[in-house]
Amino acid sequence: RAEWAWPVKKTLSKTGVKNIVLVDGVRTPFLQSGTTYADLMPHDLARTALQGLLNRTGIPKDAVDYIIYGTVIQEVKTSNVAREAALGAGFSDRIPAHTVTMACISSNQAMTTAVGMIAAGQCDAVVAGGVEFMSDVPIRHSRKMRKTMLSLNKAKTLGARLALLGSIRPAHLAPELPAVAEFSTEETMGHSADRLAAAFGVSRREQDEYALRSHSLAKRAQDEGLLSDVVGFKVPGKDIVSKDNGIRPSSMEQMAKLKPAFVKPHGTVTAANSSYLTDGASAVLIMSEEKALALGYKPKAYLRDFVYVSQDPKDQLLLGPSYATPKVLERSGLKLADIDVFEFHEAFAGQILSNLKAMDSDWFAKTYMGRTSKVGSPPLDKFNLWGGSLSLGHPFGATGCRLVTTVAHRLKKEGGQYGLVAACAAGGQGHAMVIEAYPQ
Amino acid sequence: MSGKFYSAASKMPATTSRFGWSRTHVNYELKDDVAVVRLNDPTSKVNTLSKQMEAEITQVMNEVWGNAQVKSAVVISTKPGCFVAGADINMIKACKSAEEVTSLSQEGQKMFEKIEKSPIPVVAAINGSCLGGGLELAIACQYRLATKSKKTVLGTPEVLLGLLPGAGGTQRLPKMVGLPTAFDMMLTGRNIRADKAKKMGLLHQIIDPLGPGLKSPEERTMEYLEEVAVGVAKDLAAKKVTVDKKKGLIQKLQDVVMGFPFVRKQIYNTVTKKVMKQTKGLYPAPLKIIECVQSGVEKGSSTGYQVESENFGKLGMTAESRALIGLYQGQVACKKNNFGTPERELKTLAILGAGLMGAGIAQVTVDKGVATILKDTTLEGLARGQQQVYKGLNDKVKKRGITSFERDATLSFLTGQLDYSGFQKADMVIEAVFEDLAIKHQVLKEVEAVTPAHCIFASNTSALPIRDIAAVSKRPEKVIGMHYFSPVDKMQLLEIITTDKTSKDTTASAVALGLRQGKIIIVVGDGPGFYTTRCLAPMLAEAVRLLQEGVGPKMLDSLTTSIGFPVGMATLADEVGIDVAAHVAEDLGKAFGQRFGGGNVELLKTMVQKGFKGRKSGKGCFLYGAKSKDKQVNPGAEEILKTFKLTAPPAVSGNEDVQYRLICRFVNEAVLCLQEGILPDPIQGDIGAVFGLGFPPCFGGPFRFVDTFGADRLLQKMKRYEEFYGNHFTPCQLLQDHARDPSKRFHK
Repeated sequence: RAEWAWPVKKTLSKTGVKNIVLVDGVRTPFLQSGTTYADLMPHDLARTALQGLLNRTGIPKDAVDYIIYGTVIQEVKTSNVAREAALGAGFSDRIPAHTVTMACISSNQAMTTAVGMIAAGQCDAVVAGGVEFMSDVPIRHSRKMRKTMLSLNKAKTLGARLALLGSIRPAHLAPELPAVAEFSTEETMGHSADRLAAAFGVSRREQDEYALRSHSLAKRAQDEGLLSDVVGFKVPGKDIVSKDNGIRPSSMEQMAKLKPAFVKPHGTVTAANSSYLTDGASAVLIMSEEKALALGYKPKAYLRDFVYVSQDPKDQLLLGPSYATPKVLERSGLKLADIDVFEFHEAFAGQILSNLKAMDSDWFAKTYMGRTSKVGSPPLDKFNLWGGSLSLGHPFGATGCRLVTTVAHRLKKEGGQYGLVAACAAGGQGHAMVIEAYPQ
Repeated sequence: MSGKFYSAASKMPATTSRFGWSRTHVNYELKDDVAVVRLNDPTSKVNTLSKQMEAEITQVMNEVWGNAQVKSAVVISTKPGCFVAGADINMIKACKSAEEVTSLSQEGQKMFEKIEKSPIPVVAAINGSCLGGGLELAIACQYRLATKSKKTVLGTPEVLLGLLPGAGGTQRLPKMVGLPTAFDMMLTGRNIRADKAKKMGLLHQIIDPLGPGLKSPEERTMEYLEEVAVGVAKDLAAKKVTVDKKKGLIQKLQDVVMGFPFVRKQIYNTVTKKVMKQTKGLYPAPLKIIECVQSGVEKGSSTGYQVESENFGKLGMTAESRALIGLYQGQVACKKNNFGTPERELKTLAILGAGLMGAGIAQVTVDKGVATILKDTTLEGLARGQQQVYKGLNDKVKKRGITSFERDATLSFLTGQLDYSGFQKADMVIEAVFEDLAIKHQVLKEVEAVTPAHCIFASNTSALPIRDIAAVSKRPEKVIGMHYFSPVDKMQLLEIITTDKTSKDTTASAVALGLRQGKIIIVVGDGPGFYTTRCLAPMLAEAVRLLQEGVGPKMLDSLTTSIGFPVGMATLADEVGIDVAAHVAEDLGKAFGQRFGGGNVELLKTMVQKGFKGRKSGKGCFLYGAKSKDKQVNPGAEEILKTFKLTAPPAVSGNEDVQYRLICRFVNEAVLCLQEGILPDPIQGDIGAVFGLGFPPCFGGPFRFVDTFGADRLLQKMKRYEEFYGNHFTPCQLLQDHARDPSKRFHK
């Protein structure tokens, strides 16, 4: 009798398709925005994650073919943050780098772009990552003021310049903040989440309980040292940061005291059951299996099938996981029960619970997804066991890599074979990926 | 109300009252200590305050109040998209005397007063239309919340039916939203969206509609509304929330100002003056509304209620109210497709000509999700047309009716082009090219060469007979007339013209498109000028004669607006275009001969030669351009008038005779259209005249006018005019028949 049962399940390797592996993944500690990282710039965080990956993997600085980063709110000075971070991290200046954006699944997009490049045979080793820095966001002059200032550049005479300056009115001075609302619907994500929770009949209590679970599990994972993807960061002028700082298990009573944050006065989504603004960066090293083995690595996992989905950005903004999960399972020929480890992005407790209910509803599957039956709801004893975005934090562009690395680590720790990552994103989009443990 | 059984009825079990009879419209259920009172008229798609509904509400509320367990109540409708759409109009129509109507009002007042003084808090939970009596019910409740759905509208449209809010509305609204806003609501009758209503203080709370969940969005949104309302009701009973709304600085200030009697007096005066200016005193309802409000505010609510119910009774018996109710019901009838479901769903519409009309048609089509091709012959024309469509949508963005994203998404349905590419996908082509038969023939042939066999060809001509256009068609069964009115996005009427070769499915498709475009539709037979243009032509001829006889353009305008035409006759000619008027007068004159005579067509032609084509050319009867309020008569036109001068026969040229001469020629032609079968029925005749041509709504249309005024009286007038002007005033046979037999009426 074998000591451990796996791999009893089949491998998802397909003939004619390259095996692509996750060599390793790291991230900076995720900090609430406006805390220790407050004076940095986005590429500083990304740089730190890249350096951490270099240290962790020991890969030579010129052995990587390409670098891709995901980010959402762009710092205009470093709009191709991938390139700035790579140069600053000491990678060879001969390695091209580009930046992608797809809201909360930006680093998922970075990773799958890498997978695509390797699968197409154009690269063998790619670094993918994500970064978000909410402590500083581009706040612009108003459109009127910008127009005046741009005309000022072109004004030839002093008189023309003075006339332009004289046309400035107090209204011109009102700044323009980055929109927190969905562009197409003008609705904030929190508001949509509240409506979603109401549509699925998710109560305030259920949401608070779920949020508490997330924080408690994250705390335990942190205390037990399971969050090994975190690399320490010596912030200039400040201490070494080595832990996420948003994990705060509270009590149901405390959480019940909060007023709804978006839909007032009868809403259910509060600050305590939502993810919060976070600074952080992540990075993973992805290679073809051959290359990894040739370089002497012991990969952590195979990156298998993945899908992107999109639906109505108004009423189904956050239902991406419900649509993506059955689709990616189908591609891999798996059932929900085959999955050992689930890592779903937690934007809001109400969003997670709504997705769980949607996945468990035959009516929803038939009416909205054109499927014959439901895919089923992931069992909670396999679900986000080391905390999630609600508790660990959610730097928009960086979360995807955290999810994938966590699946790899949990598969190893828990002895599972298949893991599933799923996430929703602004714009009514979603993503899911199947990950297979690398044989020990 | 139709007797059609609505499916929701089966979901609602009939409850039996203590008194033994079974309830069908109202029931209630206890949710903890909250009584949820549900309204649902099983015999109709919408809830109305019928006698049955009112009786059951009273009964249920009495039971609720008699139940010591109940600490609060929620009033909600189980109909999707409708709270209560108003009072039952037929109930008012059935009344034989003012006293009867007054007593209806009193019953409503009593019922709502009891709700207002309810010992337990009552919450109105509103989804969908909450109009008239429905709004009065809601504002009698202590607390109101509503869904922010597009279907949720609040308002007091009674004035549009020549009535007033007769169940306490004139008394409660001023207290709730302040005098100026209350007057605005009750005198315009406009619909108010939920978010606006919240700002005005009409609602306490609004709820966003929900998307898909474990049930359909509509069903779950209703449930959610009820859940939130029950929560509010509990909190109200426990005094955790209060019914007071936070007043803004402006509102507080307004309250202080309104505390002064002389300020209020000033408001009554200003509002009365404004009403008189707009209605010319032709509509009694607005003045009665002011009277009711004034009585209530100045003399206390018991006097207010009394004045309200008495005035309601009086108004209920007026010809104006009957006329407006007739129009309302006619309009409902003209929003149905009586030709069945089209065989094909229209997916692509092509429009020829990006002028005012063509672009206007595009404007009302793209936002319905129909792929629309707009074709013109020049880049300039096309650009102007596309800009018109863009502007129409962008204005909605500015008014926050739609988002800029919705504007862009809508515009993605529009393709502007100069050639016929993509016409192989067109399900229908509407031509809005120049009114010239040769050009129409040319485009019809071009279109038929590039479109599929099922494609319908519709002409937006205003006078050319469709059969003449169809003469060169390979598929005459697919040719139809669709006469839109300018500006297309504002004018509600669509006149559809069928020839004897037009197939039923072609008609059904045209009606279906018109309904999607939000139009009120009349379907008439073919002939020169069809119905609307044909009625307008003799009246315009008479107007030209009056101008020749020395009635100046300003006088003509004032004489016509004072009997209720929304636009004066001289201004109308300028708006339509003097060239178009000349064209139509000449064409129809040829077709119908002397009956269409009167003014000299040469007068119009001379004006056109001088470039006085009306508003579009800056000069017509009047001068345009300068933005002065006082319109100046075009001196050039006056010169021309002098050269065409006629002597007015004094016996038939008094102001009243002038007005009757215009009306007579319109009405006689309308009745003749019915006699000849151009018009299928008087209802469509009335609707077409009022909504397409601005025939005075207070008369309810030419046919109702004959009924109310009396065919015999009208005949006498016409005979008198006939003596001077001959067959221009010869009454048609059908009118004579009605004059001979007073029991004959166009409307029952």
